[in-house]
Amino acid sequence: MSDLTRSTAAALAEGLAAGEVTSVALTEAHLDRIDAVDGAVHAFLHVDRDGALADAADSDARRARGEARGPLDGVPIAVKDVLTTRGLPTTCGSKILEGWVPPYDATVVARLREAGLPILGKTNMDEFAMGSSTEHSAYGPTRNPWDLDRIPGGSGGGSAAAVAAFEAPLAIGTDTGGSIRQPGAVTGTVGVKPTYGGVSRYGLVALANSLDQAGPVTRTVLDAAMLHDVIGGHDPRDSTSIQQDWPSFTEAARAGATADMSGVKVGVITELAGEGWQGGVMARFQESVDLLVAAGAEVVEVSCPSFVHALATYYLILPAEASSNLAKFDAMRYGLRVTPEGDPSAEEVMRATRDAGFGDEVKRRIILGTYALSSGYYDAYYGQAQKIRTLISRDFDAAFADVDVLVSPTAPTTAFKLGEKLDDPMAMYLNDLATIPANLAGVPGISVPNGLADEDGLPSGFQVLAPALADDRVYRVGAALEALHADQWGGPLLDKAPVLAGAAR
Amino acid sequence: MPEISRDEVAHLAMLARIDLSDAELDHLAPQLSVILESVASINGVAGDDVPPTSHALPLTNVFREDVVVPGLTAEEALSGAPAVEDQRFSVPRILGEEA
Repeated sequence: MSDLTRSTAAALAEGLAAGEVTSVALTEAHLDRIDAVDGAVHAFLHVDRDGALADAADSDARRARGEARGPLDGVPIAVKDVLTTRGLPTTCGSKILEGWVPPYDATVVARLREAGLPILGKTNMDEFAMGSSTEHSAYGPTRNPWDLDRIPGGSGGGSAAAVAAFEAPLAIGTDTGGSIRQPGAVTGTVGVKPTYGGVSRYGLVALANSLDQAGPVTRTVLDAAMLHDVIGGHDPRDSTSIQQDWPSFTEAARAGATADMSGVKVGVITELAGEGWQGGVMARFQESVDLLVAAGAEVVEVSCPSFVHALATYYLILPAEASSNLAKFDAMRYGLRVTPEGDPSAEEVMRATRDAGFGDEVKRRIILGTYALSSGYYDAYYGQAQKIRTLISRDFDAAFADVDVLVSPTAPTTAFKLGEKLDDPMAMYLNDLATIPANLAGVPGISVPNGLADEDGLPSGFQVLAPALADDRVYRVGAALEALHADQWGGPLLDKAPVLAGAAR
Repeated sequence: MPEISRDEVAHLAMLARIDLSDAELDHLAPQLSVILESVASINGVAGDDVPPTSHALPLTNVFREDVVVPGLTAEEALSGAPAVEDQRFSVPRILGEEA
């Protein structure tokens, strides 16, 4: 095989199956690529060279015995640092967990290991997944491979940048309000948020339990589908895990790649456009919609009036859940302990530790959540937000009674400059405008790269949303759009990304 | 909706067990006010007839069979602890000095 790091995971899987390449060779190629470019990109917080190569050697031995565990056995992967990995550090991008080595694997990680995917390392993220730029990582920002002065999106900027910079063919992200899809949009990669409950949350360090969902971060829709087939499905260790058999998402993506959209009814969400939406992003969006129409789709405009309240609703529900979840970082059982002078009480140790261990954004959201849950404000804020959550779900129900999928641009703008919105929380929050409704309603969504904005030559993303449990639709429509654009461009969008000069870690 | 004062932020920080410095309070209080002002727009949007949603998809309680499954060993459970004594988490005093 030619350049291993530029191949899709599906092509690598075929190469492994045909005996054209070994897992050790392709794992080594990716580790070398990480060594060459991650000094500049900083997608990884931890690289496990020895562990990944040992897993790769095991995979090759299995395959030689004819015992490969599935198509992706031997294809390496990067994992967002919010999922616990037995024996590998897990920091969640926070100083409060610096050096913590979990004694157990998240279910997603256990499934990757069972399926034989060598884990290259852990990827950078906004602290506890709070952010849209990966600048809130306590370990420094990740840079966008398209322009190293710009953000890679967040919170999963590390996973998106890792696949965009060809440091990994596959990665795992988590999406609470867009943290898989928005980084996908601004780095020209694919990201999928499955139906809530479709992928186990066991071992995913919770930001907001009712919104969090892990999913695939890849360069192609088919790769995402293949990865989803590995990590998805019921887990008795997660009480919110859905008990049902899922169809093959790989087959859905392959069916979509024929780019026949006849019989598919697509709804364009009226509310996700207008003021604040970058012209180049809207132009690319319209172009994608036109391609779907040309491929046979019926397109109508659909109004979801409650979506205008989604952002405010989210920024009450999320801090409320986060403030409660992060109470476990109490300096007693794991993580940082800061002991003030004298003979401090446990409470004083807790206060000093949480001040030293949490960054600005985490403190903002914990305090906001504590406020929203305070007696006297509970009904006005948290109670009201939960009711609007119902209205948003009803908007989705009404829309999906009429159309098969809903579409919008994934993010209102292309990647902005590092530092530009760091100290303006509301400006930062606006990045998640289009992605948040799916989390509030639990429905699945994908972001597919759909071109470069004329103003700045940076990638934009096209979002497809489907009803809960109908994740196969986002793969089908996503793969169709990807195929239509590839025809138009003569190859994948990432071929247009600048070549990264070698910069050692 | 009330604006959030510096004193209120200090009180909330105490409730949340975070020691905020004066500089942090000066920095955070106005930012929180801006955020609260923005989210206040939801007030009155949903009437009394709208039921709240806590989880997007309907849930029922889940039980497992009452059989022993392997868990962490004591060593594993204590492996990340800041201080350990006699196979237990060692913590600072929990009572006031006068107690």
